[in-house]
Amino acid sequence: MLSIKNLFATIDGKEILKGIDLKVQPGEVHAIMGPNGSGKSTLASVLVGRDLVKVTKGEVTYKGVDLLKLSPEERSLAGIFLGFQYPIEIPGVSMVNFMKTAVNEHRKTKGLDPLSAGDFLKMMRERKNLVEIDSALTNRSVNEGFSGGEKKKNEIFQMAMLEPELSILDETDSGLDIDALKIVANGVNRLKTSKNATIVITHYQRLLDYIIPDKVHVLYNGKIVKSGGKELALELEEKGYEWIKKEIN
Amino acid sequence: MEKDQEKILNEVTQGDYKYGFYTDIETEAIPKGLNEDVIRTISKKKNEPDFLLDFRLKAYNHWKKMRMPEWAHLKIPKIDYQDIIYYAAPKQNPKLKSLDEVDPELKKTFDKLGIPLDEQKILTGVAVDAVMDSVSVKTTFKEALAELGIIFCSFSEAVQKHPDLIKKYMGTVVPYSDNYFAALNSAVFSDGSFCYIPKGIRCPMELSTYFRINAANTGQFERTLIVAEEGSYVSYLEGCTAPQRDENQLHAAIVEIIAEANAEVKYSTVQNWYPGDKDGKGGIFNFVTKRGICKGDYSKISWTQVETGSAITWKYPGCILKGNNSVGEFYSVAVTNNFQQADTGTKMIHIGRNTKSTVVSKGISAGRSNNSYRGLVKIMKNAKNARNFSQCDSLLLGDKCGAHTFPYIEVVNPDAIIEHEATTSKIGEDQIFYCNQRGISTEDAIGLIVNGYAKEVFNKLPMEFAVEAQKLLQITLEGSVG
Repeated sequence: MLSIKNLFATIDGKEILKGIDLKVQPGEVHAIMGPNGSGKSTLASVLVGRDLVKVTKGEVTYKGVDLLKLSPEERSLAGIFLGFQYPIEIPGVSMVNFMKTAVNEHRKTKGLDPLSAGDFLKMMRERKNLVEIDSALTNRSVNEGFSGGEKKKNEIFQMAMLEPELSILDETDSGLDIDALKIVANGVNRLKTSKNATIVITHYQRLLDYIIPDKVHVLYNGKIVKSGGKELALELEEKGYEWIKKEIN
Repeated sequence: MEKDQEKILNEVTQGDYKYGFYTDIETEAIPKGLNEDVIRTISKKKNEPDFLLDFRLKAYNHWKKMRMPEWAHLKIPKIDYQDIIYYAAPKQNPKLKSLDEVDPELKKTFDKLGIPLDEQKILTGVAVDAVMDSVSVKTTFKEALAELGIIFCSFSEAVQKHPDLIKKYMGTVVPYSDNYFAALNSAVFSDGSFCYIPKGIRCPMELSTYFRINAANTGQFERTLIVAEEGSYVSYLEGCTAPQRDENQLHAAIVEIIAEANAEVKYSTVQNWYPGDKDGKGGIFNFVTKRGICKGDYSKISWTQVETGSAITWKYPGCILKGNNSVGEFYSVAVTNNFQQADTGTKMIHIGRNTKSTVVSKGISAGRSNNSYRGLVKIMKNAKNARNFSQCDSLLLGDKCGAHTFPYIEVVNPDAIIEHEATTSKIGEDQIFYCNQRGISTEDAIGLIVNGYAKEVFNKLPMEFAVEAQKLLQITLEGSVG
């Protein structure tokens, strides 16, 4: 589904990614862990086409297509979803309006007619239940005045609405208390099928107690320095990132 | 990134003005230029009573002594007032008995603009007075309204049929000496709308005037007079468009509103005069004086405006709150793009006790345009417990445009409570990216954000027009990103 080969990327001329290789298959959950500044969020940015990151070398193919040639909205419509580390507030734009526009764009790509207002609201209700999100959130402007936890839950809700094939969750666990963390993780687990894949980017092992990864990768200094099964996360938690640093050096 | 912005900003300029067509219709016009004879000719053509000719001549003589105001934050090219045609009218049978007698070309023009003159075709229940160049073409639903005692007709017709009302009210809110453009209008105005709502009557439909400039080299000078007697209510809407031309055309209008005790007047404008092309060539110069007086106690006047057109806009719809407990409101969305300039806002003059005013102004600037809010809140000596709330927001798209706010507050009564809030924001790239990541194109994202930003004002418009205004906003901003 996703194949990253020897990827190098810079931000403002500074090299952040220094040769990443990664393969993700449908149905898999990958966790990418690493200390601050290792390039985790940069990798997510490359995948969704943020223009502040410049790819200098390497290739990324998604479902057989050169992903790097697609615009950010084309990537979304092709099924890639990013759960933002810092979701953006858009004052004045209601969640309903925002999601309706997004969902109908996705439907258009699939050759489907736009949903009627009634059907759309019904869909919203169903998905809200699925991810256990408070109704009040969807009656407000996009992320405006939401608490940190509410914003993260809102990301999962949007994921439920758009049914992506590849979800990238960028530090979705940061700033969440344990209850919110469970809700977010349950949402992700319920949306999991054999056809879609998830990349969970996280600093801590904590989230991986609830979202069980098939593969764990450790990113350090712009490179994946270690890959393994879910037990790698536990080892990392126990020994700390110093262990990895030592092992490499 | 820079390049992308440039590209997208360039695309803006291709946003087409879809009302830029010209109707080839026989027009009767007088020669260019302005002098007493021209004024006498206009007055004679319209068969006006002497008091009106006197009014015009007084205004003209006053105007000659005045100078064009220069205080606005606008760059106004020199206007040659002798190079303008002051009267142009589509040639047609002057007394229309039925719609069949309206020139089919004219009917087509208004159909194309989405303003059907055929009452059977009107679904929205809006009565329309259609004004092309200097004259009113047709007023719909006149008879139905007359049954309630409501007078809704062209200004010229009102001069003939209700000269006493015209004499009593015209120039009482905006005297001819008010300002340069008001004096000019008072001298040469050719038509407009008149509306009279008798005591206790709630006008059952929206009244609307649709202004269209068609002829070349012509100025449009219309005036609208609305009188709402005690306890009456009316909602009034004004729309306007013009053909796409390389030269600038002058539009200088006057609107006067009189609200007696407990009366309420809602006046909404969707202004879409031709704004000029992407290089700033052509477009309408829009110099308008709009003012209402809340004469009686507990009366209310609301101005709602969506300004998307014109090369230059100079316009400050205001309220004189004379009656005790009277209320004035001003809700505005002004959008400028390319080389458009707007200096617009309001004047709230509190004279009576417990008077209240609300001002919500939303400016949106894109391209290389300049958008200014200029507002006066004046609390006079006897205006005990007066209250004003003003909110002026500016939204910038791109980095070559400007937003400016010029609030003036004059208070001589210590009881007054005045609040002024102002914000300036830019549509953030991260907001656009967030939308992109959900599958929404940059165009649509801007549409969503801008409409969200202006929602508070759109909500004040009559429903059908709110939808139209939203679309208009999107067309005006097509392609612009910051």
